[in-house]
Amino acid sequence: MEKREFEVSSNELIASNTWKMNLLGDARSITRPGQFVNIELPGFFLRRPISVCAWRDWEVTIIYKVVGQGTSYMSRLEPGVKLDLLCGLGNGYDVTKAGERPLLVGGGAGVPPMYALAEWLIRDGRQVTVIEGFNTAGEVFYEREFADLGASVRITTADGSVGTRGFVTDAMDGDFTYVYACGPEPMLRAVYDRCADGQFSFEERMGCGFGACMGCTCETKYGYKRICRDGPVLERGEIVW
Amino acid sequence: MVDTKVTLSGLTLDNPVIPASGTFGFGYEFAEIYDIDILGSLSFKGTTREPRFGNPTPRIAECPSGMLNAVGLQNPGIDKVIEEELPKLRQVFHKPVVANISGFSIDEYVECCGRIDQEEQVGIIEVNISCPNVHNGGMSFGTSPESAAEVTRQVKAVTTKPVYMKLSPNVTDIAAIAQACEEAGADGISLINTLMGMRIDLRRRVPVLKNVTGGLSGPAVLPVALRMVWQVYEAVSVPIIGMGGVSTARDVIEMMLAGATAVEVGAANLKNPLAAKEIIEKLPPLMEELGIGRLSDIIGGAH
Ligand SMILES: Cc1cc2nc3c(=O)[nH]c(=O)nc-3n(C[C@H](O)[C@H](O)[C@H](O)COP(=O)(O)OP(=O)(O)OC[C@H]3O[C@@H](n4cnc5c(N)ncnc54)[C@H](O)[C@@H]3O)c2cc1C
Ligand SMILES: Cc1cc2nc3c(=O)[nH]c(=O)nc-3n(C[C@H](O)[C@H](O)[C@H](O)COP(=O)(O)O)c2cc1C
Ligand code: FES
Repeated sequence: MEKREFEVSSNELIASNTWKMNLLGDARSITRPGQFVNIELPGFFLRRPISVCAWRDWEVTIIYKVVGQGTSYMSRLEPGVKLDLLCGLGNGYDVTKAGERPLLVGGGAGVPPMYALAEWLIRDGRQVTVIEGFNTAGEVFYEREFADLGASVRITTADGSVGTRGFVTDAMDGDFTYVYACGPEPMLRAVYDRCADGQFSFEERMGCGFGACMGCTCETKYGYKRICRDGPVLERGEIVW
Repeated sequence: MVDTKVTLSGLTLDNPVIPASGTFGFGYEFAEIYDIDILGSLSFKGTTREPRFGNPTPRIAECPSGMLNAVGLQNPGIDKVIEEELPKLRQVFHKPVVANISGFSIDEYVECCGRIDQEEQVGIIEVNISCPNVHNGGMSFGTSPESAAEVTRQVKAVTTKPVYMKLSPNVTDIAAIAQACEEAGADGISLINTLMGMRIDLRRRVPVLKNVTGGLSGPAVLPVALRMVWQVYEAVSVPIIGMGGVSTARDVIEMMLAGATAVEVGAANLKNPLAAKEIIEKLPPLMEELGIGRLSDIIGGAH
């Protein structure tokens, strides 16, 4: 973990209620896809945890959905604004388990970390398939970006307005070596039921984001784990629903 | 050069800043980002006889200028704390620690305090009779002078180290409870624990916390904490560890002027993991600005 000041370099609406923000600053403490940053917002007591969508040594990209007061405040930030971030939080995905043909499944606000993961795996020579699940066409983002990386992309929408009608599990057929997933809990559970092995990223309300307060603990088969520090990524075999 | 040292029951601290129990774990997360040996001391996570998972999540809710927590004393239990956590803590923190102990029965307090008393690393035992997030026990011992005194007496009978009773603000007469603890032999008083509160999710129309209620802490509670430290200072002659909403060096001075000998910093560590460090660094220049040569001179200075 590091505490660093970042400067907003861009902040734009990319889909319904969904914003992409670029931040410039020292991001070298981020080591794995699936990690997150915890953002201090003036006027709010708790920081906001947001996954790293992409990163370079001196830049972080996040994609966030406006769901409440904090994310609404974020959407109004202009380039040049300075933000205090806790960086390099969480365990992140273990890329060594991917095999030749990993499947990456992201639902809604769970799509962003899949981008950093796809980037990593493709650079590593893997044949990556990404399933993005949304409610409706207006929410879809990053279909092009994943394709540009070289991933094969499948879109699902609950209302069928674009892609396969239904849920991510309706597009899961194929021969995959491993599954990585991030999204709302019902989605994670459905994916869990459809695969033999994989890693799943969870959300929980956080007091600190770095392991100090025990605010985010969940039960696993191997004891209690803090989502912020021992997670957010859990192995399929340890999850207790 | 200003002098930031303070003394709690014979234990001299380099400065009065102590991270509060439950907001600093057993120190190592923070040791990753700064040298925690600069701290006056640290109060570790509330420890019980049995390992505890705590309450179901969500356990955290945001509030104006603060937060609610309903962690419910998640801890690995006294055996693991002694066998695993304290040796690890010893690698990163080389000063006496404040051992925060909780219980659900007087027997449990007695057993845990008796055992932790034998640990060389422990400088002070802080007996939490004020946790609002557990059912049957915890806070109930801290809400009447009689039961607070009873826990104090029994813990004192099995310990040799200074015993500080940690009081709840969720009472009508905090001074009476502090006095009862002092009369029962307490070496000092710690206060305040969190104030019971709740929040409701507007869309789902249910409490945000699964436990329904939680404990409020952070800057929002500073005035309440100051008032209570003030009242307790007037009522007892043992030292006070003051806490509740402290997040700056100015707050530390204010807490000491109200009557605290040392000051714990809680929720501020969660928002800013460098909070305790920044407070310690800002104390000397602030003392100079305020014309304070020796920090211990200002304890209770506003009375
Ligand atoms: C590890 C992790 C990674 C995340 N990554 C992303 C991401 O990449 N993109 C994205 O859009 N969202 C992400 N989220 C969810 C995001 O943190 C919340 O949407 C955000 O905190 C909501 O803040 P708010 O003030 O707008 O909502 P409010 O409801 O007003 O927030 C009130 C409080 O509840 C907390 N809270 C509310 N919803 C959540 C939630 N789902 N998870 C955790 N805390 C919550 C807030 O942090 C705040 O403390 C992530 C959450 C976690 C835990
Ligand atoms: C997440 C969290 C966990 C806490 N756990 C404990 C605990 O285990 N034992 C205890 O005596 N106090 C506990 N407290 C209370 C704090 O030690 C402190 O008394 C209170 O938070 C007021 O200080 P603050 O406003 O600086 O946070 C906890 C507080 C928080 C925020
Ligand atoms: S949020 Fe504090 S331990 Fe996870």
